[in-house]
Amino acid sequence: MNGFIHSTESFGTVDGPGIRFVVFFQGCPMRCQYCHNPDTWEFHTDTNGLGREVSAEEILNMYDGVKEFLKDGGLTCTGGEPMAQLGFLTELFEKAKKRGIHTCLDTSGITFNPDNTAAVDRLMDVTDVIMLDIKHIDDDEHKKLTGQSNKNILAFAKYASDKKKELWIRHVVVPGITQNDHWLHELGVFISGLKSVKALDVLPYHDMGKVKYQNLGIDYVLKDVEPLSKADAVKARDVIMQGIRDGLMAERNSK
Amino acid sequence: MNQMPKEWEGFKGGQWTKEINVRDFIQRNYTPYDGDESFLAGPTDATKKLWADVMELAKKEREAGGVLDMDTKVVSSLVSHGAGYIEKDLEQIVGLQTDKPFKRALMPYGGLRMAEKACSDNGYTIDPEIKHIFTEYRKTHNAGVFDVYTPEMRAARTAHILTGLPDAYGRGRIIGDYRRVALYGVDRLIEDKKEQKAFYTCPMTEEKIRAREEIAEQIRALENLKKMAEIYGCDISKPAVTAKEAVQAVYFGYLGAVKDQNGAAMSLGRTSTFLDIYFERDFKLGRLTEEQAQELIDHFIMKLRLVRFARTPEYNSLFSGDPQWVTESLGGMGIDGRHMVTKNCFRYLHTLENLGTAPEPNMTVLWSTRLPAAWKAYCAKISINTSSIQYENDDLMRVTHGDDYAIACCVSSMRVGKEMQFFGARANLAKCLLYAINGGVDEISGVQVATKLRPITSEYLDYDEVMEKYDDMMTWLAELYVNTLNIIHYMHDKYCYESLQMALHDREVKRYFATGIAGISVVADSLSAIKYAKVKTVRNENGIVVDYEIEGDFPKYGNDDDRVDEIAEDILNRFMNKIRQQQTYRGGIPTTSILTITSNVVYGKKTGSTPDGRKLGVPLAPGANPMHGRDTHGASASLSSVSKLQFSNAQDGISNTFSIIPDALGKDTGVFVGDLDIDALCPACGNIPNTSDNDR
Repeated sequence: MNGFIHSTESFGTVDGPGIRFVVFFQGCPMRCQYCHNPDTWEFHTDTNGLGREVSAEEILNMYDGVKEFLKDGGLTCTGGEPMAQLGFLTELFEKAKKRGIHTCLDTSGITFNPDNTAAVDRLMDVTDVIMLDIKHIDDDEHKKLTGQSNKNILAFAKYASDKKKELWIRHVVVPGITQNDHWLHELGVFISGLKSVKALDVLPYHDMGKVKYQNLGIDYVLKDVEPLSKADAVKARDVIMQGIRDGLMAERNSK
Repeated sequence: MNQMPKEWEGFKGGQWTKEINVRDFIQRNYTPYDGDESFLAGPTDATKKLWADVMELAKKEREAGGVLDMDTKVVSSLVSHGAGYIEKDLEQIVGLQTDKPFKRALMPYGGLRMAEKACSDNGYTIDPEIKHIFTEYRKTHNAGVFDVYTPEMRAARTAHILTGLPDAYGRGRIIGDYRRVALYGVDRLIEDKKEQKAFYTCPMTEEKIRAREEIAEQIRALENLKKMAEIYGCDISKPAVTAKEAVQAVYFGYLGAVKDQNGAAMSLGRTSTFLDIYFERDFKLGRLTEEQAQELIDHFIMKLRLVRFARTPEYNSLFSGDPQWVTESLGGMGIDGRHMVTKNCFRYLHTLENLGTAPEPNMTVLWSTRLPAAWKAYCAKISINTSSIQYENDDLMRVTHGDDYAIACCVSSMRVGKEMQFFGARANLAKCLLYAINGGVDEISGVQVATKLRPITSEYLDYDEVMEKYDDMMTWLAELYVNTLNIIHYMHDKYCYESLQMALHDREVKRYFATGIAGISVVADSLSAIKYAKVKTVRNENGIVVDYEIEGDFPKYGNDDDRVDEIAEDILNRFMNKIRQQQTYRGGIPTTSILTITSNVVYGKKTGSTPDGRKLGVPLAPGANPMHGRDTHGASASLSSVSKLQFSNAQDGISNTFSIIPDALGKDTGVFVGDLDIDALCPACGNIPNTSDNDR
């Protein structure tokens, strides 16, 4: 089956281990206020014509053209929300694995349904790393920030942890929204309950997507928010790490 | 067996003791180093003081508008000046081009007008007597070339379809094997040259007469090299004994070259691993400390940073600055499988930390996937901190040149002391395409520059018709180009012969006849536009096509798209084959390069609008780069397009200028925690005592 993608990037260095071929999927159910890819939000329809229709083979052929550069890297699917095109994504990863390509899924987990995991189980069989972007640990705040509940997202984290899938937790720290020691600590405590986390990626908020909003005629809610400094990102990371330690300690003591 | 001379005690013998063979000496004696940079020493007080002096002078030079002082009376030669110092008592390695640092020498042999203009543009006036001598009595390279140029060659030069030709300035790109001075001493080299001269006996053909004369010049240059060293109180007639003597001897060899020649690229070669052998011997004998070793290299590199030439503003605009291309090649792999990284390679790069960053000398790492990890990591670190390292693909070049080659200028590879190059600037293939469309009429001047061929008269361009005409025009260009270069190199050999540099070569040298091309990506995109979109011509009142309108989209070079990448590959192959069909001066082996790193801006100014949508005057892309902004699929795809150009067709080098902001190279460890082990985060959790015991 074919999928709809926004674009590809052949030299991705921040979306998983090594240098990676990154596929940006078209369409996402979330509307995160700080999203820097609003041009990937709308799903393809016959009338809007958004996204480019491609087959898994086409993507893997593009990959082949540059594979010399990707020896220690692999294929990353991001978006948009890749899991919103689950069938195509699974086919792509299955074919990639057959070629020995390392696969990485950058997802918000939003489409996960804990009551029906059969299709996702199949995807997990061919996924090497999951980069799970937890937008906010608190459900109400999450709804404000993204327009969606985080229940299924957190459920997906647990599910991936139970499956012992290598997890990289990403978290964007936004001044006034997620730059909050209480919530950062809570996030750390939640992460401490996951068993397969291999990396914590704290992303300082930046406003480089602003111009895209202008071009698309979408109101940029965070227009008055300043980008987060690296020093503050390091502080935020330390709070999360402390949350993880405290969470582990509490779990230990409760046993 | 003869006993080794005392200067060579401690070295493993071999073929190198019987013949001039530096590579053999290196291979038998060097010590590969797998460790990291922790052994390195910081700058000594003397180094700091000297460098502060240099910085002060550099500041004065900038304040003076770029030139601090110039010779107007003394013609530079190996022995033209007395000793010059920065601060004599502090300098471990001595020698300046003139009698003062930052004073530019007068070098009129390449061309009097250029030397004169370099002076006058900087507010100096050349001595009338010098002008008289070089007008009335002594011909220059430039004068020789213009005596012989045909009108067509002059027109092509004026129109800038051939451009940057070394017909008024020194061609450079020759690397003397300066290491020979240290290893053998000048006396032995002179003996060797005398034997070489005796090789050429009757009948005295033109070729043999020239060989005997050139070797006589080489011997004279070597004699002068000894005298030059004596001016500084040094005796380099015998092999170097200590590391300090070895560094000094190598530097004297190089210094002689830059006193003799104002070449477009005056590269150093591959000296670090060679010198490391002397350092290691001194360490073993307990007569050198790491601080002293680093100080020697720091002072050596400092001297290389002082190299200056008198040049005109036009020259500087062509090369974007005032470059000397003091290229030093570091690392690489040996053909026996051992890597050639030594501690001294680290010391060379470390000068970028001890003295701060600088574009010269042009530190060039010969990169192989098999280099030791610690060296790779150190290179990456220095690259990130200083942006001052150039990388070249050793795995590619070693196949052709073995393991004792070096880079001249930015990418020209040659075996040191065994191969040299006739530098040939470049032909503008983008302009050639416009000539094909306009039947040889220049699109800017309206002058008939090329052979009058039938122009394209249709409103829309037809791919097959354009290709046929382009092929014909490339035939014209290749022939004119090589023949123009033949004249240039003949005259350079005759009036501005690089006697010292060639004295540090073997008798039989392999000569590469370098050509170059500019505008490959513009040509590829233009032909792709003609093939895959519709390109309409816009003509001026004389019917000359001066602009193009494109209808529709087309594949663009730089996106790993074979449809257009194959056009680029095909054009390179065609043009190179046309070059190969020509007869070259002195049996030079034709090569080409795609490496306009800076001059692409100037070439763009002289090139009219092209069928890819590029407008008149807009810079061409540098080297083999895609046109700015047209590679939309990321760096790997862009590099992949470049990599399809065959190295065998562009053996003089293919360059790709690649800038990337540090953040785009990966995650900062400050905010990114990789290899996280959740259990280990909680020391009190009991079962895991500390992280270092973890099985990661």
